[in-house]
Amino acid sequence: MKTSVEDRKEIKLSCRNVWKVYGARPEGFFENGNGLVKDVSSHAEKLRENDHIVANADVTFDVHAGEIFVIMGLSGSGKSTIVRCLSRLVEPTAGEIILDGEDLLKKSDAELIDIRRHKMGMVFQSFGLMPHLNVIDNVAFPLKLQGKAENECYQQAKRVIELVELQGRENNYPKELSGGQQQRVGIARSLAVEPDIWFLDEPFSALDPLIRKQMQDEFLSIQLKLQKSIVFITHDFHEALRLADRMAIMRDGAIVQIGRPVDLILNPVDDYIREFTLDVPWETILTAADIAEPSDEPLAGLGSVSEDTLIEKLLYYLGDNDRGVIVHAKDGSVLGVATARGVVKALSAGSGPDTSSVKV
Amino acid sequence: MRLHNLNRGFFHWLAVIAITLACISIEGEWKWLSEYPNAFIAPFSDWLNVIMDWTVNNCGSFFMGISWLLEWPIWAVQKVLNWLPWSVSVFLFSAVAYAASGWRLAIFTLSATIYMVVIGYWEESMNSLSLVAISVPLAILIGFVIGVWGFYSDRAERVIMPSLDLFQTVPAFAYLLPILLLFGFGTVVGLIASVLYSFPPMVRNTIIGLRSVAPEVIESGLMSGATPSQLFWQVRVPSCRRQILLGVNQATMASLSMVIIASIIGGTSDIGWEVLTTIRKAQFGESLLVGMVIALMAMIIDRITFGLAQRSGIYDPNQQGLFERYRLLLIAALGGAVLFVLAQIFSVLVDWPREMVWSPGRAMNDGLAYLIINYHAQIDAVKTFAFFYVMLPIKIGLQGAVSPFTWGFALTPYHKAIYTLAMAGFSLWLGLRGKNMAGVLVMLFAVFIYFGLTNIPWPCVILIYGVIGWKVGGRNLGLGTMLGFGFMAVTGNWAEAMLSIYLCGIAAIISFIFGTSVGIWAAHNDRVSAFVRPINDTMQTMPLFVILIPFVMVFKIGEFTGLLAIIAYAFVPAIRYAEHGLRNLPETVIEAANMMGATKNQLLWRVKIPLALPVMMLGLNQTIMYAIAMLVIAALVGTNGLEQIVYIGLSDGNFGIGIIAGLGMAIIAIIADRTTQAWSRTRREQLGLDASL
Ligand SMILES: Nc1ncnc2c1ncn2[C@@H]1O[C@H](COP(=O)(O)OP(=O)(O)O)[C@@H](O)[C@H]1O
Ligand SMILES: [Mg+2]
Repeated sequence: MKTSVEDRKEIKLSCRNVWKVYGARPEGFFENGNGLVKDVSSHAEKLRENDHIVANADVTFDVHAGEIFVIMGLSGSGKSTIVRCLSRLVEPTAGEIILDGEDLLKKSDAELIDIRRHKMGMVFQSFGLMPHLNVIDNVAFPLKLQGKAENECYQQAKRVIELVELQGRENNYPKELSGGQQQRVGIARSLAVEPDIWFLDEPFSALDPLIRKQMQDEFLSIQLKLQKSIVFITHDFHEALRLADRMAIMRDGAIVQIGRPVDLILNPVDDYIREFTLDVPWETILTAADIAEPSDEPLAGLGSVSEDTLIEKLLYYLGDNDRGVIVHAKDGSVLGVATARGVVKALSAGSGPDTSSVKV
Repeated sequence: MRLHNLNRGFFHWLAVIAITLACISIEGEWKWLSEYPNAFIAPFSDWLNVIMDWTVNNCGSFFMGISWLLEWPIWAVQKVLNWLPWSVSVFLFSAVAYAASGWRLAIFTLSATIYMVVIGYWEESMNSLSLVAISVPLAILIGFVIGVWGFYSDRAERVIMPSLDLFQTVPAFAYLLPILLLFGFGTVVGLIASVLYSFPPMVRNTIIGLRSVAPEVIESGLMSGATPSQLFWQVRVPSCRRQILLGVNQATMASLSMVIIASIIGGTSDIGWEVLTTIRKAQFGESLLVGMVIALMAMIIDRITFGLAQRSGIYDPNQQGLFERYRLLLIAALGGAVLFVLAQIFSVLVDWPREMVWSPGRAMNDGLAYLIINYHAQIDAVKTFAFFYVMLPIKIGLQGAVSPFTWGFALTPYHKAIYTLAMAGFSLWLGLRGKNMAGVLVMLFAVFIYFGLTNIPWPCVILIYGVIGWKVGGRNLGLGTMLGFGFMAVTGNWAEAMLSIYLCGIAAIISFIFGTSVGIWAAHNDRVSAFVRPINDTMQTMPLFVILIPFVMVFKIGEFTGLLAIIAYAFVPAIRYAEHGLRNLPETVIEAANMMGATKNQLLWRVKIPLALPVMMLGLNQTIMYAIAMLVIAALVGTNGLEQIVYIGLSDGNFGIGIIAGLGMAIIAIIADRTTQAWSRTRREQLGLDASL
C-alpha cells in the first residue's frame, strides 16, 4: 500500500522555500519574498545574529493527494510553525504555498476563510476544544459558522461522531472527557466539514502510550476510509514510522531529509538522522524488496517470497540458506535475491563505515 | 564576628534611622522639620474649584442633558417595580433565584424579600433596586467595551490599568460632589457614582478573561473558518464566559455598595437614605433592620449572578421540546399572573398594611439603652484602656502619652534610658543572630512608638517610606512612594494624611493578626472553616454603613468606634488568604518535613507559615485595601484624617479640597498595594512557588 502512493503523484499541497522568521524586521532579509537564497545555512545564521528567531528556514516539500506526509523533529525544530504556515495561521516571511495549484499566500481574507471552511481541517496537540460547548456543538461548530441549517449541522456532526466512536457522549462537555476522548472530538470536528487536506499537529502527543497506540490504529482506519491528504506532525519517530507514507525530518527549522521511512533508515544523510533510526526495530520495517539484489547465479532451487514480506519472517530461512531467497514483485516479475549478506548490508547503513574495532 | 552578615541594606537602614533621630533632635530649632511650611503649600484645591466653576458655567447644559437621559430609565424601572404588587415581585425574584441556583437560594430569597415587606420598607427597597437595575447594566457595558479595547490595544491598556486603580481607590465621597455639581441633584448622582465605582472590576475581568483563552482554541476557531466577528463573539467571549461573569458579579456588588453610599446626598427615598436618617436620629435598632435589607439584597444578587456564572448551558437541541426549554419561564409567568389577579382581590398582597408592619427596632433600642446604662463602666473601661495604652502611644508616642494622668507616672530620664537600652540591645541581639531585617524593624518600631507616628518630622517619614518602597519593590516604587507622600505635603494635607495612616495602620495590623490567626486555625480544622466561611461571606456583602451601626450603638461617636468598625470589615480577607495559603501548600514539602520528624509546631512555624507567607501577604494587601475603604465611611463617626476632609469637602460643597484629599487617600492605598504586592511577588519567586496568583 505504501509504495502505491508513488504511482499517482498528483500534488495536493506544496511548500516552496518557506521561511518563517520572528523578530524586529525579518522582511528586510528577503528581497523578493520568494525565499530563494544562495546559502540557506549562512542566511539563517545571519538572521540569528541579528536577533531574529528562525523558526523555519527554506522548507520545501510536496504533499501528494491521499498520502500521509509526516513531519518529524525534536521539540522546537519548527514543526508547528510550518504546519501553521500551511494553513496560514502563521504568515510565512518568505516562500510560496501552493494548494491545488493556487498560491495560498495571495488569497484574500475572505477567500482564506472560505478555504478553511471547506478544504482544510486541523487537529491540535492540546485539542483546542471550545470549553463552553458540548461534544456535538463542538463538532457542529464549523458547520454552524458557515450558516448551515441547525438540523443539517447536527446530522453531519452525528455522522462524524460515529466515525470516531463517541456516540453517547454528545452532551458531555470537554472537561468531562478523558484526553483520548477529547482528541476524538477534535478529530471529529476537523472532519465535519469534509476537508481535502488534513493537518494534525502532534495530535496524540498529550495521550498515554497505550491510548496513543489505539488512536494511531483508529487514525489509520479512518484514513483508509476517507483517503485525505494529510500532514501529520510528531516528535515520535516510531509514530512516524507507523503512519507515514513519506516523511520529512526537521532540525533548527530546516528539513534535513525527506523520503519513505525505509529510505531514511537505509540511507540516512547524516548522524542526526542516524541517531533517530538507531533503535528502530528494523526487522519490522525492512521488506524483502529493500534488500533484494540482482544475482548472476542461477536461481534454481531457491525459495521465493513476495516483495512486501517483512525481513523478520525471513531471518530463520536465511540463516539456513546462504544462497538466499528469490523476491517477486506483485506482478510476478523477479526483483532479485535476498540474502543474509543483504540483510547485514542494509543494517550497516544505519551504523556508518566505522571498522576500527576490526583487527586485520 | 558576625559582621559580615550585615549587608549594605542594613547600613542603609542604620543611616535612615540616624537621620531620623538627628532630625528629631534639631526639630526645636528648625520648625519647618516638624511642620510643613505653609508658604510651600500649593493651592491645588483652589485651582480645581476654578476649573470646576468654569466647567459648570460653560458646559453645564451638556451634563444636564446626560442627566436627563439617564433619569428616564431609572424612573421607568421604579414605576414598574412600584406598580407590581409586592407578592408578584417576591414570587418572580424567588423564581429567578431558583433558576440561577436551586431551591435553597429560592427559599432564602423568598424569606429575605418577605422580610423587606414585613418591616415596612418594600417601596424603599424597590427604589434602591431600580437604581441598581440601571447602574449595573451600564457599568457592565462600559466595563466590557473598555476591557475589549484594553485587550486589543497595549497602548490603551497602559492608560486603562492605572486609571482603574484611581477609580477604585479614590473614595466615593470625593467624587460625589463633582457629580452633583455637574449632573444636578437627584438619583442620577447615585447612578453615575455607582457606575464609576463598579465598572473597573468588569474591565479587569474582561481583560483577564480574554487573555486566558488558550491559543489553540483561537486557532481552532480560525481553522473552522470563523470571520473576525464570529471569532470574537462565538469563540473568545464564550470561552471566557466564567471570568466575564465574575466581573459582572463583582460589578454588581460594587454598584450596590455605592448606591447606598451615594444616598448620603439625599433626595431619594431609598434604603441608603433610610439607614442614614435613622442613624442620625440615633434609632440604631431601626437602622440595623433597614441596613439588613441592603445586606440581604447584596447577598441575593451576589448568589444569583454567581450561580449564573457557575452554570453551564445544559442545552440539548435534540431531546428537549419547546415546552421543556421554556418550562421555568412559563411557570414563572403563570404564577405571576395568578398572584396578580389574586392581588386585585386581596389588597394585602398589594400594599402591606401599616398596622401589620412588624419591627423590633424600638425593642432593640430599649435593650441597647439598658445594656449601655448597666454596663456603662465596663464599656468605658474598654474604651479608655484602648485609647490610653494603644491608640495614644502610637499616635503621639510614649513621650507624649505617658503621663501621671494616663499611665500613672511620668517618663523620667531613668525610664528613657532603660527603654533606649532595651530596644537597642534587642535589635543588636537580632542583628548579631543574622536577622538584620528584624533588628531594623525593632529599631524603627522603637523610634515610632517613642516619638509617635504623627510626630516624626515629615522629611523623615517620606525618607523612611521611600526606602521601604525601594527595598521592597525597586527604584521606581521607592521614587513613586516619595512623590506620593510629597503630594500630601505640598497639598497641605500632611497632618491629616498621617492620622489616616495611623488609624488605618493600627486597624490593618490588628485585623491582620486576628484574621490570620483565625485563618491558621481554620486551615487545620474543617469545623472552624465551615463555621467562619458564612460569616466571611456575610461580612463581605454587608454594606459598610451597616457594619458601622452596632459599634456606634455601643461605643458612641469617636476614633475608637471607627477603629473597631474598620477591624470588623478588614479582618475577613486575612482569614481567607491565610486559610487558602495554608491549604494549598505543595504536598511534597509537608511530607518531607514529616519524614524529617518535625513536630506539629515545627511544621507550622518552620515550614507551613514561611511557605504560605506570600499568600498571607496578599491577605495583608487586601486587609489594607478594605481598611482604607472602611476608613472613608468611618469619617461619619468623627475621625480626623484625610477621610474627614473628604467628607467636609462634600458637606461644605468644596469640590477642590475633597478631591485633593481623596487623591491623597488613593495614593496611600496604591502605595500600600504596590508595596505588599511586590513583597509577595519577590517572596514567591524566591520560594519557587507559582508566581501568578
Ligand atoms: N510567536 C513566536 N515568537 C517567537 N518565536 C517563536 C514563536 N513561535 C515559535 N517560535 C520559535 O520558533 C521555534 C519553532 O517553534 P515550533 O514550531 O513551535 O517548534 P515545534 O512545534 O517543532 O516544537 C522555537 O524556537 C520557538 O521558540
Ligand atoms: Mg509543536
